[in-house]
Amino acid sequence: MRNLAALIAGGLFGAGLLISGMTNTLKVQGWLDVFGQWDPTLAFVMGGGIIPMAIAWALTKNRTPVLGGEFPAKSKPEADKKLIVGSVLFGIGWGLAGLCPGPSIAALSFGGVGGITFVAAMVVGMLLAPKVRALLD
Amino acid sequence: MNHDWLMGLLGGGLIGTSAAIFLLVNGKIMGASGLIGGLVDKSGMSNWQERAAWLVGLFAVPAIMTLIWGVKPTNITGNLAVIVAAGLFVGVGTRIANGCTSGHGICGISRLSLRGIVATVFYILAGGLTVVIFKHVLGVI
Repeated sequence: MRNLAALIAGGLFGAGLLISGMTNTLKVQGWLDVFGQWDPTLAFVMGGGIIPMAIAWALTKNRTPVLGGEFPAKSKPEADKKLIVGSVLFGIGWGLAGLCPGPSIAALSFGGVGGITFVAAMVVGMLLAPKVRALLD
Repeated sequence: MNHDWLMGLLGGGLIGTSAAIFLLVNGKIMGASGLIGGLVDKSGMSNWQERAAWLVGLFAVPAIMTLIWGVKPTNITGNLAVIVAAGLFVGVGTRIANGCTSGHGICGISRLSLRGIVATVFYILAGGLTVVIFKHVLGVI
């Protein structure tokens, strides 16, 4: 059941990314390009995503997940060096290619050589992350 | 409303609904970089099937949709050096920050997590600055 729910969630996520235009790198870069032809679509995607999730978080109060276990605890309100440096590095890559992890997988079947290369490089980056993280300690 | 904005809102609603299902049913935060990263570096092998099933859905549903309704162009740059650099930055950055647009952005902001909000501010600022520099100043992208 956990795997079925995960499959459905992943599938809906992929459908949402495709429908919203987030697999189109120009729409993402258009959102980031405040000095060019600014494209506000991504704000609508974020807003559309945050509303159901805000309701979901409200529903977690005094309950447990349908398939058992516990809901994830809210992280301590700390913004440490790793969070900021990591987010800046991620933002640089996001701006360069117009892709983040979710859309890169959603577009893998039709993104051609570029899409496959991006995912391969991202996987290598994920494997290198512990070494970079050690530099920040 | 502009058609693209409306589709953004609709697609965003689906994204939020998928994250809501993953949270309410499986009890997990649907962060793409965390779910993928846990398989890549084997830190998430305790629930690898759940992660793999999610990944299959994420890959297969857009694949099937594009087969039926035609491919939506990704407009990924043809500059492989830029793609490799971008992928490396995204891979390293999201793992160090412990989240990306879905985890910190959608799931974090919706529960008013300070870490999610701070991360989102910094990756948008860095992304915006990157586009300004590499597009308007250097003309690489």
